[in-house]
Amino acid sequence: MTRVRVDGDDATEMGDGTDADEWMQAKTLVKPDDQLDLTEAELKEEFTRILTANNPHAPQNIVRYSFKERQFKQTSSVDQLAIHFALDGNLLHKDSDEARRQMSKASPAEAASEPAVSEMGEDKSGAATAEGGAPAAEGEAAEKEAEGKEEARDDSATPAPAAGSGGDGKLTNQFNFSERASQTYNNPYRERGTATEPPPRATFSGNVTQWEIFDAYQDDFDKQEKNKEKKVVPGRKEEEKTRKKLAISETQGDDINRISTSARIVERMVNQNTYDDIAQDFKYWEDTSDEYRDAEGTLLPLWKFSHEKAKKLAVTSLCWNPKYNDLFAVAFGSYDFVKQGIGMILYFSEKNPSYPEFIYNVDSGVMCLDIHPEHPYLLAVGYYDGSVGVYNVVENQDGPIHRCTAKNGKHTDPVWQVRWQKDDLDNNLNFFSVSSDGRVVNWIIVKNELTYQDIIKLTIPETAAEGPDGTKLTSVGCGTAFDFHKKTDYLFLVGTEEGKVHTCSKAYTSQFLDTIDAHHMAIYRVAWNHYHNNVFITSSADWTVKIWEQNTSYPLFTFDLNSSVGDVAWAPYSSTVFAAVTADGKVHVYDLSVNKYEPVCEQVVAQKKKTKLTHIAFNPVHPIIIVGDDRGNVTSLKLSPNLRKMPKEKKGVVLDQAQKEAEQVAKLEKLLSMVREPIDSKKS
Amino acid sequence: MAEATEEKKAVDADVKRVHTYPLIRHSDMNDEMKTETMELCVTACEKFASNNEAAAKMIKDTMDKKFGASWHAVVGEGFGFEITHEVKNLLYMFFGGTSAIIVWKCS
Repeated sequence: MTRVRVDGDDATEMGDGTDADEWMQAKTLVKPDDQLDLTEAELKEEFTRILTANNPHAPQNIVRYSFKERQFKQTSSVDQLAIHFALDGNLLHKDSDEARRQMSKASPAEAASEPAVSEMGEDKSGAATAEGGAPAAEGEAAEKEAEGKEEARDDSATPAPAAGSGGDGKLTNQFNFSERASQTYNNPYRERGTATEPPPRATFSGNVTQWEIFDAYQDDFDKQEKNKEKKVVPGRKEEEKTRKKLAISETQGDDINRISTSARIVERMVNQNTYDDIAQDFKYWEDTSDEYRDAEGTLLPLWKFSHEKAKKLAVTSLCWNPKYNDLFAVAFGSYDFVKQGIGMILYFSEKNPSYPEFIYNVDSGVMCLDIHPEHPYLLAVGYYDGSVGVYNVVENQDGPIHRCTAKNGKHTDPVWQVRWQKDDLDNNLNFFSVSSDGRVVNWIIVKNELTYQDIIKLTIPETAAEGPDGTKLTSVGCGTAFDFHKKTDYLFLVGTEEGKVHTCSKAYTSQFLDTIDAHHMAIYRVAWNHYHNNVFITSSADWTVKIWEQNTSYPLFTFDLNSSVGDVAWAPYSSTVFAAVTADGKVHVYDLSVNKYEPVCEQVVAQKKKTKLTHIAFNPVHPIIIVGDDRGNVTSLKLSPNLRKMPKEKKGVVLDQAQKEAEQVAKLEKLLSMVREPIDSKKS
Repeated sequence: MAEATEEKKAVDADVKRVHTYPLIRHSDMNDEMKTETMELCVTACEKFASNNEAAAKMIKDTMDKKFGASWHAVVGEGFGFEITHEVKNLLYMFFGGTSAIIVWKCS
């Protein structure tokens, strides 16, 4: 097997496989496994191929049934057209209906493209239905069609924009719009929450049973029957009651009046809370430093009582209520001769320091007042205009229940002091008054009327001046103070403006029992000692306080207080203690058993300088004194223990009232005996 | 004795006849609300004399419409109760001599 290489044999496929393989190691002939093994001769055989336009897939013998000849007939010619490519176009003829419709709707630009397009469409359709067209021609036609289409497309493309731009004008471009947008301002959000209170709830329980229902009805029934009875029987009484009630309610009018008692209680409570510390002091505070000071005491200021309308007036009199230990009456007026205006009477209670309990407005200044010891609602007052009046505090009257008139024995000068007396023989209330017109008058309330009785006239026997026609004119002394003896009823002392003290009796109208030249100036107060029957004290404008014993012409004690002494008062608990107030605003407390010459306490009480203290009064029960000044203020002060020293009680012996009094008397007597000059030498 | 019992029976009969009016046992409503509710209860009980549930239903529905939110009504002849009610919205009454009605609001 030699390797034979033939030039014409380009096909490497020809040749023996094995030979070729061995010879040509550079080019390996790959022979597929399923290649036909042909001989060379067979391989060189020439075959002729003829290309026809026949569609190889088209059937060559189509037989159709012909109804005309009623037999199957072979179709003579078979359609040989084979469509290799088909593309549906959407081009319309310009003059066709559809085209015209579109033109009217759309832009005229497209109208130009249509004719070319529609031609192509027709050609194509024509070509599609061509019968027996040569495949070559077919192919060419198809190519032409494609080219034509392209040309048409190009044609259509170009005239289209040209038509668009040169169109009728006023055609809006659908695709040419501008966007406009805006964003409104959205308010920011804020959360708010609240929780309401749930409606209040309550629980309720009960039991429903037949007998309970029955009982309830029965009770109701009974009630109704009772009501019927009630209505029938006390019909009349109820009517009267309702009438009265109507009357009362009409007069009450204001709703406030109905709660007046509660309001009063509340006011007191509020006051108590406000002044709680003072109330505590009043009750419990004792000055412990008094233990270290033998002969000294102090006055602790407690409440201050004042009233708006009384601020311009001076306190002219103070009186504690004998029954209610916290209640006292204050008289307001003016000591100034020139400035005389209105006066007031106020009742204050320690329980309510901010506002008076009772208020009475008076047209003239009130100079003195006195509360009846038995009937604590009756008040006797003396006015600056010389009249006297009686007030009943319980009755809701604005003015006095009695008032004397010019016809009725009115004084012609201010009344300086009034004092209730015991009921007379006819059980009539009566009181005395002393005035600058020199008369001491006894007023009796007989059958709701005020009648008077001159008791005595204060004549000055010495100076009997001679009048123009020779008649003796007896000038009258001006009485300014008086006091009644504790034991002997008919005996009383009168102090005058001239400084004399007259001892008088109710029985004698013209003569004094005794006269003492006590002071150089007007006497403002005369007071008997509570315990010792014969001792009395006087205070005067000549700056002195003097203690006297009855039937002596010289004072037992004299105290010079450096200022006009407005008032002096004995202490109710001791026979040797007394207090005096002066025009320089001081309170002087003396205890004769401790110190005979100097005050145990000398204290400035007035708040502002230049206020004169006008009056003083001891509380009958508590260790309290009230002091009035000329600015309308009343100050209450508590006495420290040193000021109220009691005689030491013997161990184991409890003294009763009488014995205590006797002790007090003995105490004073001891003092007096030291002071008294020996009687023998004096009596002459 | 016979006469006494007869009289008693007569009295009882009268009493029974009398004790059918509506009797309010406890209420903390205002007056107009109270009268309105009482009228409603009486109407309901008279309408549904034999059916407590229907009566209660009518009461509850009407109260809900008139006065809003959640009302509860119990109609019966023998029961015990313990309820929580909104203040000023409770009525407890007897009617017809035998039945008791309690109406309260609690949402």
